[in-house]
Amino acid sequence: MAGAGARPRLAVWKFASCDGCQMSILDCEDELLALTAAVEVAFFPEASRAMAPGPYDLSLVEGSISTPADLERIRRVREESAVLVTIGACATSGGIQALRNATDLGELSAAVYPEPSYLDTLATSTPVADHVRVDAELRGCPIDPRQLLELVTATLVGRKPQLPRHSVCVECKLRGTPCVLVGDALPCLGPVTQAGCGAICPAFHRACYGCFGSMETPNTSALAAELARLGVSEREIGWAFRGVAGADPAFAGEAGRHDG
Amino acid sequence: MTDDPDGRRAGDRRIDVPILARVEGEGALHLVVEGGRVIDARLRIFEPPRFFEGILRGRGFTEPVDITARICGICPIAYQLGAAQALEQVCGTTLDAGIDRLRRLVLCGEWIESHLLHIALLHAPDFLGYASVVDLAADHPEVVETALRLKKLGNDLVRVLGGRPIHPVSVRVGGFHHLPARSELTGLLPELTWGLDAMADLVRWCASFEFPALEEPYEEVALHHPDEYAMQDGRIVSSGGVDLAVDRFAEQFVEFQVPHSTSLHSRNVDGRPYRVGPLARYNLNGGQLSPRVRALAAEIGLGPVCANPFKSILVRGLEVVHALEEAMTIVEAYRRPARPFVEVAPEAGVGQGAVEAPRGLLHHRYELSADGTVLGARIVPPTSQNQGVMEADLRAFAQRHLDLDDADLELRCEQVVRNYDPCISCSTHFLRLTVDRR
Repeated sequence: MAGAGARPRLAVWKFASCDGCQMSILDCEDELLALTAAVEVAFFPEASRAMAPGPYDLSLVEGSISTPADLERIRRVREESAVLVTIGACATSGGIQALRNATDLGELSAAVYPEPSYLDTLATSTPVADHVRVDAELRGCPIDPRQLLELVTATLVGRKPQLPRHSVCVECKLRGTPCVLVGDALPCLGPVTQAGCGAICPAFHRACYGCFGSMETPNTSALAAELARLGVSEREIGWAFRGVAGADPAFAGEAGRHDG
Repeated sequence: MTDDPDGRRAGDRRIDVPILARVEGEGALHLVVEGGRVIDARLRIFEPPRFFEGILRGRGFTEPVDITARICGICPIAYQLGAAQALEQVCGTTLDAGIDRLRRLVLCGEWIESHLLHIALLHAPDFLGYASVVDLAADHPEVVETALRLKKLGNDLVRVLGGRPIHPVSVRVGGFHHLPARSELTGLLPELTWGLDAMADLVRWCASFEFPALEEPYEEVALHHPDEYAMQDGRIVSSGGVDLAVDRFAEQFVEFQVPHSTSLHSRNVDGRPYRVGPLARYNLNGGQLSPRVRALAAEIGLGPVCANPFKSILVRGLEVVHALEEAMTIVEAYRRPARPFVEVAPEAGVGQGAVEAPRGLLHHRYELSADGTVLGARIVPPTSQNQGVMEADLRAFAQRHLDLDDADLELRCEQVVRNYDPCISCSTHFLRLTVDRR
């Protein structure tokens, strides 16, 4: 970490993503000025024209690895960073763009771009941890700002961040939200999805779509069987698991068992 | 002109900005000056392609609302509303009374937070010579605190209606998943009331900036609605006389690909670039802004037409005041509709939708099979459409300011691009400036 008296140096990096997770930093309106007083924002192009070279004490990495250039860049980021934390579904599981991993890329490019030969892209979109060592991760599409502040605070003082690995179901119980799976037969992924969002979707009378990825030891096959019993079609079960965190290994594995 | 030992002549320059800061996403600028003339001005976009239109094929018709939100973390609601509108058109859905007002309200929230982000955190530092909002806050703490509080108010509107500010979860085909209680919305009225005056003061503060001259004659394109300042729906109109239903967009505007960008460009059918966004809206629909907003525009010396993109910061500010007033009106009249959504049965066919995202016109087109499978999708974001005018502005501005040294020219050229609040993640990707003086 930085020497005595110096503020820790923060860097924020973007790979393939929508920008929403680094936007969550700027969405901490009440804490933003306190945060920028506690750390030196050394590299955060989205927020500042001043881009100081490394090394950095803490790097927050948004986005997935999907081009040859980005594969090189993430290795350099790792070399320059004492602590590297991935933020969001793209960085932690490959993101929604990883849905292409199961598709033929040539066909996909041709569907979007008139001249696919101009593009330089890898066949897959993969999480950062597939390529370099990652010290901690924040799940979510997007990440939760409270979890972000907890993680940054914990990192700065050198303690382990309090990030639950239990399911969204626990958060529904804490909120007092009636179960949308049991009560309304909605295809809710809450029982297998990691907590952290505050169980927003069931509180809004809709099924959790798993944007925080899989919880610790998820029983996806039991959930899929329950969804089938409720009348959800095989195709819809596949879609449910193949969502914004669809490349999460547990979700991708379950989705693969429902391709009809 | 005399050749130097490297064969470079006086008047030849090359400026490269490898990473364009304070824009959403990743891109670069490249400027080539030869014999005192700008011969190339490019906005290079190399954000990795994410293939949304390919990913959507084969999915269910209820899914594009949540999937396309992930194109952009700053304007997800514009994507959600555009997708819902297009899919409702395919299925012949008629929304319940009251749903349209709530859609306008949630989009007001997004305009407020997105415009405040741009005004205070991304754009204002350019005019005052700061690298970032952190430096700006050191000298003008009260301005930054007010701007952040206003930004939070926009996010709070989205949070009440959608659960969270980024990728909110309530918009669906047929309406909303969930409707707030009246008290949840009226709880925001005191802050909205504060916001009206606070935002007007922020606009006055921005009006004290110095604005470089730049007025290029572009065709401007925006939605137009007969009864109100168009946001969530309308017809597509232009300063060149276009007046089309949203499902005829492709007859007038054409997408094409260039080697230096992973974002498709757009041109009108005559092959000329066109402008979308706050300036286009103001110039085409400004008469529909509220009396308070028009009075504020007059006070700061903005006429009925504003063609200088450096002044877009003022127009964004006026639009925030308008959105705050609209939000108050909608909240005060709100009575929770009887049901949050109508059931929608899929139908085979094509549907299109268009929304004014904070950065400009956003168009969606979907084709469905009879069982509701998405057969094809086409999404045209505002930043893709503005790439042509951003490059034309760069060329025009740089040509007139070649007397600046490289550092100043680089900063000003970056600002020319930031005038458009480009969302490169939307259009695909990121920005760098290279100026090549040969």
